[in-house]
Amino acid sequence: MKILVCISNVPDTTTKITFTSNNTEFNTAGVQYILNPYDEIALSRAIELCEGGKGTVTVINVGEASTEPTIRKALAIGADDAVRINAAPRDAYFVAYQIAEYAKEQGFDMILAGRESIDHNGAQVPAMIAEFLDIPSISVIKKLDFDGSTATINREIEGGKEVVEVSAPFVASCAEGVAEWKIPNMRGIMSARTKPLQVIEAKNIDQLSAVEVYETPAPRSAVKMVDAADMTGLVNLLHTEAKVI
Amino acid sequence: MSVLVYVENVQGQFKKSAFEVVSYAKAIADQLNTNLVALSIGQTTNDELSNLGKYGASKVLNAGSLNAFDSQAYASVIAEASQKEGAEVVVMANSFSGKGLSPRVAVKLKAGLVAGAVELPQIAGGKFSVKKSAYSGKAFAQVSLSSAVKVIALNANAYQVKDGGSAASVADFQAANAVSKVKVKEVVRATDKISLPEAELVVSAGRGMKGPENWNLVENLADALGAATACSKPVSDAGWRPHEEHVGQTGIAVSPNLYIAIGISGAIQHLAGVSSSKTIVVINKDPEAPFFKVADYGIVGDAMEVLPKLTEAVKAYKGQS
Repeated sequence: MKILVCISNVPDTTTKITFTSNNTEFNTAGVQYILNPYDEIALSRAIELCEGGKGTVTVINVGEASTEPTIRKALAIGADDAVRINAAPRDAYFVAYQIAEYAKEQGFDMILAGRESIDHNGAQVPAMIAEFLDIPSISVIKKLDFDGSTATINREIEGGKEVVEVSAPFVASCAEGVAEWKIPNMRGIMSARTKPLQVIEAKNIDQLSAVEVYETPAPRSAVKMVDAADMTGLVNLLHTEAKVI
Repeated sequence: MSVLVYVENVQGQFKKSAFEVVSYAKAIADQLNTNLVALSIGQTTNDELSNLGKYGASKVLNAGSLNAFDSQAYASVIAEASQKEGAEVVVMANSFSGKGLSPRVAVKLKAGLVAGAVELPQIAGGKFSVKKSAYSGKAFAQVSLSSAVKVIALNANAYQVKDGGSAASVADFQAANAVSKVKVKEVVRATDKISLPEAELVVSAGRGMKGPENWNLVENLADALGAATACSKPVSDAGWRPHEEHVGQTGIAVSPNLYIAIGISGAIQHLAGVSSSKTIVVINKDPEAPFFKVADYGIVGDAMEVLPKLTEAVKAYKGQS
């Protein structure tokens, strides 16, 4: 079994988001980068499925050399090898195309990714890869089992879940529930340094979208405190002032 | 030229989120001085379909023969309909299914995609850009699309439903090559539960509830309000509540009219997921809890005492109205 896991290098979840150059660029000053938490769930499940010599896990990232610490983290968690497409990601279409171009000749049984990256939140790349490769995709999955040829997957839907079956190859985007986060052990960290990391140059494709400008949410007005004994007062405020009930 | 909107049905019926998407697409069609064509996939009724005219569709296409959801098959139907109708803009919901669909449709049509749109596009001087949420609710990005065809996936609760139109004509739509490769084995829907991403009212609780055994207090309030229930990350990590209820940066982002946070301190990751809520009420026994800084209304008190009082007050209000 061969599994490809797409990983993204994103600002740590505790980052206060600010922008520079007239709000056209993300301010990277002092920002810690991490492996996108959802991608990490996908990676954990891929490693579990391949445990005991049942297969290999390759991680792929589209990014410049600065993303290599995050790629090494994925190798430390347990991926067997890594690929970095050497380019600054322009948009989801660009990233998905690069990954699809790499994957198309490799015979992966499945391509996994997180449900979305926590920076752009596009949730676009996994399904785009599937479309480029003309294979099925299942988005926002909560559970994944694989018998070597067919996967049984729980997918989230509004107000419930759906259980689906799909034959390999396919693409799935993973959410919480698919696996627990794994903490790399010392052996993993040591071996990550020597695991293969292949660097490939990006292919040309049109850019279809671009961020013009960023903004941060407008600050809220000062909090109005309500006495804990006066819940009727709160309900009145919600009705007459906030007009939400 | 036209605007095409794909309208998701739930067990044959269209819900408020579908009307939001149609209303939004209608406004774009007006911006472009063109017509809005709606597309429905899967079994539903003629009444449901023609009713979409109320929200602005001038014509409704019904691809009724496909049933079980498969993003690959559905995307090819949507792309085919878009091409036949000469759609310049294709709109759908950024729902769980929409998240799997819009990227595939975008690739098929070689269209730029904005997923998670929160406002109408700005169209001027040959430029087309759409505001979307970014950095998990900590920011917004204005994204410009340079492709001939554009795909937009709209966030729930981001656009007000507008009705006033009249019934639309319904036409059958036969897609050429939509074969489903995903087999749906089972669909489980909690019919008594309100879907969290679409909910207008959300009651959310954290570690301040002390344990899962106290959750009946949260549920009682949610029931009285007709709200969905949610929780913080530590609560779902501890297994007190299912992951589907986890709101925050690595969970679900919500934008309800009212978000009531009980015993949640307000870590930056949690705030990210709720920042676009219209009104936030925070109940916490710690007056220094960071959540109070972004709240509209704050109550300092013990959740175990405050919740039953609030539930009673809500019931009393509902009883008289």
